[in-house]
Amino acid sequence: MAPELLLLALSVASYAVGALAALIFRGMVGRALVAVGALVGSLGTLALGAWCLATGATLAFAAPWLPLTGLALRADGLSAFFLVVVGLGGAAASVYGFGYSAHYDGRYSLRLLGAMFNVLLLSLAIQVLADNALTFLVTWEAMSLSAYLLVLVEHDQHGTVRAANWYLAVTHAGFAALVAAFLVLAGGDMTGSFAAMRSATLPPATRNVVFLLALVGFGTKAGVIPLHVWLPMAHPVAPSHVSALLSGVVIKMGVYGLMRVALDLLGGGPPWWGGVVLGLGAVSALLGVLYALMEHDLKRLLAYHSVENVGIILLGVGAGLMFQSYGLPGLATLGFIAGLYHTLNHACFKGLLFLGAGSVLYATHTRNMEELGGLISRMPRTAACFLVGAASISALPPLNGFASEWLVFQTLMGGALVPHPEAAIGMAIAVAMLALTSGLAVACFVKAFGITFLALPRSAEAERAREVPASMQVGMLVLVGMCVALGLTPFLVVPVLSRALAGLGGLPLTPIGFSLRLPFSVSGVTGEMSPLLVGVGVLLLGTLTAVVLRGVADRRLRIGDTWGCGRVGQTPRMEYTATAFAEPLRRVFAELYRPTEDLSIDFHPKSKYFVRSIAYRSEVEPWFERLLYTPLLSALRGAAVRVRQVQAGSLHLYLAYMTIALLALLVVARWSR
Amino acid sequence: MLLFYKILRVGVVTEPLALGEPDVIEVAREVETKARRLLGRAVAIREVDAGSCNGCEIEITSLTGPVYDSERFGIHFVASPRHADLLLVTGPVTRNMEVPLLKTYEATPDPKVVVAVGDCARTCGVFRGSYAVVGSVDAVIPVDVFVSGCPPEPADILRGILTALDRLPQRNGRRDGA
Amino acid sequence: MTAAFVMAAAQGLLALFLAPGVVGLIRWLKARLQNRRGAPAWQPYRELRKLFQKEIVVSRNASWLFHLAPFVVFASTLMVAVLVPVLAAPLPVDRIGDLLVVVYLLLLGTFFLALAGLDPGSAFGGMGASREVTVAALAEPTLALAIFALARGAGSTNLGEIAARTMADPLSAVSPGHLLAFAALFIVMLAETGRLPVDNPATHLELTMIHEAMILEYSGRYLALIEWASALKLLVFFVLLGNLFVPWGLATALTPGAVATAAGALALKLGVLAVAVAVLETRVAKLRLFRVPELLSASFVLALLAVTSSFLLR
Repeated sequence: MAPELLLLALSVASYAVGALAALIFRGMVGRALVAVGALVGSLGTLALGAWCLATGATLAFAAPWLPLTGLALRADGLSAFFLVVVGLGGAAASVYGFGYSAHYDGRYSLRLLGAMFNVLLLSLAIQVLADNALTFLVTWEAMSLSAYLLVLVEHDQHGTVRAANWYLAVTHAGFAALVAAFLVLAGGDMTGSFAAMRSATLPPATRNVVFLLALVGFGTKAGVIPLHVWLPMAHPVAPSHVSALLSGVVIKMGVYGLMRVALDLLGGGPPWWGGVVLGLGAVSALLGVLYALMEHDLKRLLAYHSVENVGIILLGVGAGLMFQSYGLPGLATLGFIAGLYHTLNHACFKGLLFLGAGSVLYATHTRNMEELGGLISRMPRTAACFLVGAASISALPPLNGFASEWLVFQTLMGGALVPHPEAAIGMAIAVAMLALTSGLAVACFVKAFGITFLALPRSAEAERAREVPASMQVGMLVLVGMCVALGLTPFLVVPVLSRALAGLGGLPLTPIGFSLRLPFSVSGVTGEMSPLLVGVGVLLLGTLTAVVLRGVADRRLRIGDTWGCGRVGQTPRMEYTATAFAEPLRRVFAELYRPTEDLSIDFHPKSKYFVRSIAYRSEVEPWFERLLYTPLLSALRGAAVRVRQVQAGSLHLYLAYMTIALLALLVVARWSR
Repeated sequence: MLLFYKILRVGVVTEPLALGEPDVIEVAREVETKARRLLGRAVAIREVDAGSCNGCEIEITSLTGPVYDSERFGIHFVASPRHADLLLVTGPVTRNMEVPLLKTYEATPDPKVVVAVGDCARTCGVFRGSYAVVGSVDAVIPVDVFVSGCPPEPADILRGILTALDRLPQRNGRRDGA
Repeated sequence: MTAAFVMAAAQGLLALFLAPGVVGLIRWLKARLQNRRGAPAWQPYRELRKLFQKEIVVSRNASWLFHLAPFVVFASTLMVAVLVPVLAAPLPVDRIGDLLVVVYLLLLGTFFLALAGLDPGSAFGGMGASREVTVAALAEPTLALAIFALARGAGSTNLGEIAARTMADPLSAVSPGHLLAFAALFIVMLAETGRLPVDNPATHLELTMIHEAMILEYSGRYLALIEWASALKLLVFFVLLGNLFVPWGLATALTPGAVATAAGALALKLGVLAVAVAVLETRVAKLRLFRVPELLSASFVLALLAVTSSFLLR
């Protein structure tokens, strides 16, 4: 048996064992078996993806004897890459989950958690291998449902049920769009196989319809604005390792689907496809980070950053689609490479950040940044891991966020070569929006890391925090290693990605060549940089400085109080709060936020000159809920009320309905003969 | 443009530092040679108002102006005692400012120098014996140089600072006030 | 090849040792424009030497980040100084980092400095960090568009390429795109290096500080590193403004004559820019913090006009 099939079988079996073990065993044994099952399965998936990417092997497996059109699996470069993403995210999350789920024992259902975790990973792995519409849709639905159940694990927490309901509703709306898209795409072909779709020729209007439906369907999963509202609700309330998986891997399935349909099955299209994706990406990136800035719930902040990063990925993908339609295949490949690289990087650093947030939640039982602080001395390893994640997501060299953002920038700068000035200027504006996004991301993560980990603890819970168990640390450290490795070695990653994309939708078969640094010369756009050498340089210079200083400078050090203009004592109330930190930006973008402020002052009963407590609350205007979702929902409710009148309750009326329907059906059947 | 025309027309108005009255400046403690050599050419000053009437502050403010121009001696004022080498203290130390003054002194890294400005800083001046006053500055922190006057002239304050750093021209031989 | 690497290291060191002098020159010019004598232009060197010999006082609430940050800031800024074309272009180090790497390395320094401001838990540090990242974030789009305008002409974001392309095509140096990009980058330089009208480097009123407020807790050698790094950042921006927009004088071959000419040209350009900054700082007053975004938006519009004009006039 070919090694690919063996690895696939191993992964599937391992996930199945993990899921079953969750249902059968209890306590630590159950948790351990779940973790081992998920870990082995994820490692198998990772190995499968890496093997296929390295050797160029393609896996093909079909089980047509299954109902309807049966199961069909095929691994090409794109699938293999996403298998790597799934495997990596799953491995880190499963190791972490072993320690993390310990505090669920007795309070929430560990059986649901363990079983659905494995089912989710299984459906993710099969989905990227799907080679016909039925397989894809069934695994998509399995993924959505298992994710929904996982979001519901902490069911008695405030906001969980509402979040899960929103998630379910939006994902099924997207699913409906996807079913429609695949039905239209398949045309008359009853097998629904991707191969048939690839070779079919459809009229341009139909292709546009398919593209738009796919965009809506996959956009809801990816969390593109304005279809993103469920993301900041659902990701924070899920268990942290599940959040890491949801943000790091599941939303990437939207990206995978979009690339599969738009690039592979449809083979590219008119420039406005790329333009729409690019525009949505730019808006998502900017609005995602702007809303993230105003959050002081650590996990909600990270969820909004997922929206932002999906936006950046779509910038790359959209640019790629545009370049392809303008006949610039080299730049198109670059765009897709940038998008895929950022997908992998985001899976790593967002996974790391969510695991870090989970550790903070585990240690302090609160997600609210305003109650944290001083954790860097109490949870040193978690703090160091979170710092690496924060630096990565802020795109600071030499970590991985920088490598992929650099590629996105270079792609967009290639827009200068496009013959149409409006497209070129659009790309220039996208460059500006991306730069603003990345600057604001730095601001946001200085806030997130600084308020959460630095200075003095702002509550008793934060003061009592202790470092998390070893399995949780290992999960985080794996991702730290990946962040650093992916950042320092883009010259290894990019050729692999370009091989993965070769041949898709008419992209060139020969991969772009690279050397130790990362130079490229594509259609007249050249750029070169080496994060490895830059990183080594900075490290070297820093060490050199330290060594020289030890010899030359005075080495005395005295511990004293923080300078506070001579006041007596220092309390946590004197520190900056997260709300205060984001206040200048809240003012600058006040037109977008329309913040409402609520100030309540509790005076001393004896005199109005003394204040007992002051509570300040500031809410950001929820534009999308107000303008899009609330009218939509009330319209649906209105329509539903009106339709309910048909259900009058009378048996005679129902019999009449059935008779009329039967007659109508007979007439239609006679007529269409 | 009128601004620059005015600037060019007025030219440099800094006055050279004269010798001044000898008994205005009193050296209370010898500053170490090491500190004097280190701080001789570049001094960062943190000004501490330990309860003064602000008369001395107004004189200190003109130090950075064009006429007295303390910057030509390498003196600049800083915002934090952590950045400072020299503390310029004014006023009798009031009860409320005793601890902040002490904390400022502790926050300043070594080597440091303290110059107390004004009669209040040396003898509590007109506020001596008041219920709100703890004592003169050297009752709270060690002082190196006192500059007398109520308020002292900016030139005297400058001379006092330079004496503390032993950078006063024409004063190499004479150490104490007489 | 080795000569080229020696050159790169040498120009990094030159930039490092020249930086406090440039700051001192600006201070001396401002003093003269204020009708006073002022300290000589080499005063910052004396201040740095003094700071290296002073004790450090560290807050008991500070963590290892407080100790790490000055080194990260200094090393990243020095790395940038090695990458920019101070004397010669193009050099092989050019291929290690381009303009985007330069911008993000500077952002790395800002990130750690802001965190170090939050670390000791003082309100000033938090305020400084908050304001600094706001200004840095709002300056980013202008920087990116200015880079885009420059890179478009050269077909690459590599600094040596950009300088070489402008030298080869002198008329492009006075094209509207270039001039507008220069103006935009000048304003961004004022914002990023904490100069008037964005931030007064000589203030000691904490509520008016942006950059200074973050470093109020630092002393001794740490403070020396941070002050030197911020002087170096100013020099780097001057070099970018001078040697990317007016690259004549840059040594294209590593002969002693060319390098000497380059040094002279560099001194001239630094002098001109120092005079410009000094005169500007004397003329304008500091902007209220919440007016700074308006200034940065104006610079963004200039950069956008630079890009669109370079498209439409091609």
